[in-house]
This record gives sequence, structure tokens and C-alpha cells, in this order.
Amino acid sequence: MDNVKSLPRAQPAAVTAANEPDGFQFAGSRRDSLRRKLVERSVHAVLFLCAVISILTTTGIVITLLGETIQFFGEVPIVDFLTGTRWTPLFASKSFGVLPLVNGTIVVALVAIVVAVPIGLLTAIFLSEFAPARLRGIVKPVLEVLAGIPTVVYGYFALQFVTPILRDIFPQTQIFNVASAGIVMGFMILPMMASISEDALRAVPSDLRQGAYALGATKFEVVSRVVVPGALSGILAAIILSISRAIGETMIVAIAAGLQPQMGFDLLRSMETMTAYIVQVSLGDTPQGGIEFRTIFAVGTLLFVMTLVMNLLSDLLVRRYREAYE
Amino acid sequence: MSAQATAALPTADAWRPSQARRRWSGWLFYGLAVLSTLLGLVMLGALLYDIFTDGAREVDWHFLSNYPSRFAEQAGLRSALLGSLWMLAFTAIIAFPLGVGAAIYLEEYAPDNWLTRFIQLNIANLAGVPSIVYGLLGLGLFVRWLALGRVVLAGSMTMALLILPLIIVASREAIRAVPDSLREGSYALGATRWQMVRQTVLPSASGGILTGTILALARAIGETAPLITIGALTYISFDPNGPLDIFTVLPIQIFNWVSLPQKEFHSLAAGGIVVLLVVLLTANSLAVYLRYRMQRRLQ
Repeated sequence: MDNVKSLPRAQPAAVTAANEPDGFQFAGSRRDSLRRKLVERSVHAVLFLCAVISILTTTGIVITLLGETIQFFGEVPIVDFLTGTRWTPLFASKSFGVLPLVNGTIVVALVAIVVAVPIGLLTAIFLSEFAPARLRGIVKPVLEVLAGIPTVVYGYFALQFVTPILRDIFPQTQIFNVASAGIVMGFMILPMMASISEDALRAVPSDLRQGAYALGATKFEVVSRVVVPGALSGILAAIILSISRAIGETMIVAIAAGLQPQMGFDLLRSMETMTAYIVQVSLGDTPQGGIEFRTIFAVGTLLFVMTLVMNLLSDLLVRRYREAYE
Repeated sequence: MSAQATAALPTADAWRPSQARRRWSGWLFYGLAVLSTLLGLVMLGALLYDIFTDGAREVDWHFLSNYPSRFAEQAGLRSALLGSLWMLAFTAIIAFPLGVGAAIYLEEYAPDNWLTRFIQLNIANLAGVPSIVYGLLGLGLFVRWLALGRVVLAGSMTMALLILPLIIVASREAIRAVPDSLREGSYALGATRWQMVRQTVLPSASGGILTGTILALARAIGETAPLITIGALTYISFDPNGPLDIFTVLPIQIFNWVSLPQKEFHSLAAGGIVVLLVVLLTANSLAVYLRYRMQRRLQ
């Protein structure tokens, strides 16, 4: 009834407002339109806040990490932390040189990369250049399953399946060792390496391939001298992202690589990574207020900075090949 | 002059020896590529085979309904399963609206300015932050600063932040796939922007949004490190009954059993993994089914 009565009044408004849709009021009364505007505004504000959560999360990470880390550096000089080669914050004679943890992290990541990069790249080449569409449609999702398996499962697999095999081949292998954690981690990041590389390979225009075939190149020559060089920035991005993932991976190393911070490159021995150290302290009964506990935030900050730099770099590289071909 | 140039060119015979080598290296390369692809698949097979032969016989009703114990033959998953469920429920309640809201904003509302680009860059980077760093964030922010303690809610909030980028990215893709003609049709009928989004875009994108959310939640089920960092316990012998109870989850229980030296507990860990993988497989199948149904409806 209210609607019908307001019709004659709304009609002229609709006519005059023909060229400005904001004033269009044919369907409802003025109060209705006010309510609509209010709803629109508040929905807009709420949705904006949802999007801003991401900035707040980053800010939260930075503040949380920095707050504790600055306190930590009040007690331990930053130079000692970054250049020291003894890491014994939980012992009676404390020493806060983070290099053994960094050493462990890098060695495990290197093993993972040595496994994931060649296998992942060759898989990507097979899927993008050789495999018929139907086969790719089957192989790709099956490989993706590898990416969906929880890392604690990989840890179990490394310790219970790969380590015994390694110990059969090399009897001096320790129960907890870098090699088995690294190899298994390589297979964990394999799908990511393969999938980003494949995207980069497929982004290379087929004109280039056909041009090379027309010059008499074999398939291998086309792939190795035209397609792979053309996709190089994307492949590099995939490698950097894989390293970043390997550095941040926690459960595999916490389960299979052991908890002994040490320098060196002996893959058959136990080493502790930065992530495994954070887990070790979190599980232990270290009192939360002390310097011992603060170490995990200092180590976490270092981890965050390392992965952030690599992620930004890989983002930059991906953008470059997108720009080149699109 | 031209005769000289012709003479300088090798004859067809000169190519012949290298041709065999070129063909041979091509086959070798093809073989390597096939082998690599197979290697990934074989590793997956070995992993699943190893775990199911070790763990499948552990899984029975007794295993699912008992609390963890010092004695391997009495130990079970009850508190870890319930903890995972509670954690998952609150993660979904927190992350789903925030993620979908952010996606709607970025696709339908956001102006093209520096702030929007900054938000997008931020989300991309958050997806690459190691999960254990989220654990440190949760410890500093929720456990200590909000003084929640090591409870389900602190774990859920941490996990929600962790999977938020995944939900946002998947939801944005689903929203972008809705054709513009639907939006224009809705506007032509006099809808406001929110009416258009609510009545046209969201129903069409719901399949993709749900699929992405389920996959993100599957990630949350398997995630271990951040919950260890915020201090979820490894040994709980009672049922968690709400968001403010202390808790443990399935992957932490598995980690705990793997870390014990006795062999019997390793079998329990494998049993726990079987349960975990079955849960994840169910979630993934559901996601695939939803995607399939959505594709059929769009066609």
C-alpha cells in the first residue's frame, strides 16, 4: 500500500533523474533508498575490512617477531648471533651463534633441490612437450596428491622407510640424518617445481617451436635450445620458490634430521635446522620469559626474512616471463 | 662466385653421421623425461604402500575411541580426533567469511589504486610465509597478548590466518569466472551492487568457493608445526569440550608417536597416518565432486 501511494511522487523523480542513475527511485520510497544506501555503505566497509586483514596479518607477524627479537639482541650482540658457530642456548654454557642452524637448513634444502629440480623440470618437460593431453590429465592430478600429503607423513616416511635403506647402503649413516630428510623433502616440493615450470614452458609461444622445427631441429633440440631457454625466468622462479619452501619446511626435518646443531656437509649425520630448533624449544619445558625462549623469535625472524626475499625474487621473475609473452 | 659458395656448402652426406647422434640423444632425453615422471609416481606409491602395510592393521574402533596411553596396545586417537574436529570447526567459522569477504572486495569493489595492489602483493607473500612463522605469530598474538592460553580457539585463529590466502585466491578465481553478462543483467533490473553480488555472483561462484575452502581446510587438518609452536600439547587424556579447552590434534599425536623410540608406537603412528589420509582423501573427493557438479551446471 505504501508503495502504491508513493508511486506518483516517485515518478517525476525517476524522469528527472534519467541521466543520473543514483537518483533512480521508481521501485521504492525515499526511505527504502536511504536504507539501501546504508546497507551498501556498510557492506562495502565490512568487505574492505576483510581484505585489510591480510595487511594486519603481515603487520602482526613483523611486530611479534621484531618485538621479541629486539629484546633478544639487547642481551646478545647481533654480530655474535649472525657470525657465531656454536649454538648452545639450552646448555649451561650458553652460546648464541646461529650459523650451525643456518648450515643445517641450507644443507637439507640443497639436498631437496638436487632431487626436486632435475626430476621436476624433466617431469614438466614431459608433461608440456611430450605427453598426450589425456595422459597429462591423469598424471598431473596424481602428482598433485604428493603436494597434498601432510608433512608429518613425509617425516614418518623418511625415518621409517628411507633411512633404513640408506643405512643398508652406507652403514655409517646415523638414525637421524640430513640425506633422508632432504631426499623426501625433494619429493614433497617436486609437484610445485613441476607445476610452475610447466606453466612457464607452456607460456613459450608455439611459433618459436615451429620455427625451430622448420630449421630442421629435432624435438630434443627444440626443447633444449628454444623452449627451456625461453622459459628460463619462470624455471628460475620455480627453483627459488622450491628453495624457499625447503627452508621453511618443518616437520620432515624435526622428525628425520635430528636435533644436533653442527657445521659441516656430511649428509649422513644428524643436523638441526632453524625450523627444527623452533619445534624443539616449543615442545620442551623452556620457561617462556627467558632469553632461551626468545631465541625462537630471533631464529624465526631470520627464517622469515630469508623466505620473504626469495618469494619476492621469484614473484619478480614470474612477472618477467608473463610480460615477455603476453 | 656462386659456384664457389655452393662448393663451400657440405653435401647431404656430411649431415649423416651427426644425424644418428641427434636421434639417439633425442631418445635418451625422452627416456629421462619419462623416467623422472615415473619416479615421482613410484615414490607416491612407495609412500602409500609403506604406510598402509605398517598402519592399516592398527586401525579399529578401539584405536579410534581410546585416549593416548603409555602402553602402546591401549593407546588411541580419541582426544586427537576430537581436538582436530574442534580446531577445524572454528577455523572454518573464522576463515570462511573473512576469506570470501576479502575475495568479493578485491574482485567486485576494489578500485585500482596503490592500496589494492599492496593488499594483493601482501596476500601473495603471505601464501609463501613458512607455516611455523604463523605459529610464532599465534603464540605472540593470541596465546600471550590476548591471553587465550594454549586453547582450541588460539589454534583455530592461527590456522585461519594460515589458510586465508588459499581461500582468497580460490574464491577470487571462482568470482572472476562468473560472466559479466550476469552482472549487467542484474544491474539492468535495478539491483544495487551488493544485491547483484549476493543474488547473482555468489550463487554462480559458490561451487568454486566451496571447493577452494574445502581444500584449504584439508591443509589445516594436516598442518602440524604452527600448532606445536603455539603450544598445543602432545598428551591429552580427556575430551576437549569447547573453544577454550586445551587440546591436541591428529598430526601432533602422530608426531609424538613417531618421536618415541619404541617400535610399537611407530606402528601406532602409521595407524594415525592412515586415519589422517582417509580424512584428507574424503575431503578431497568432496572437493572434486563439487567442482565436477559445478562444471556440469555451468554447461
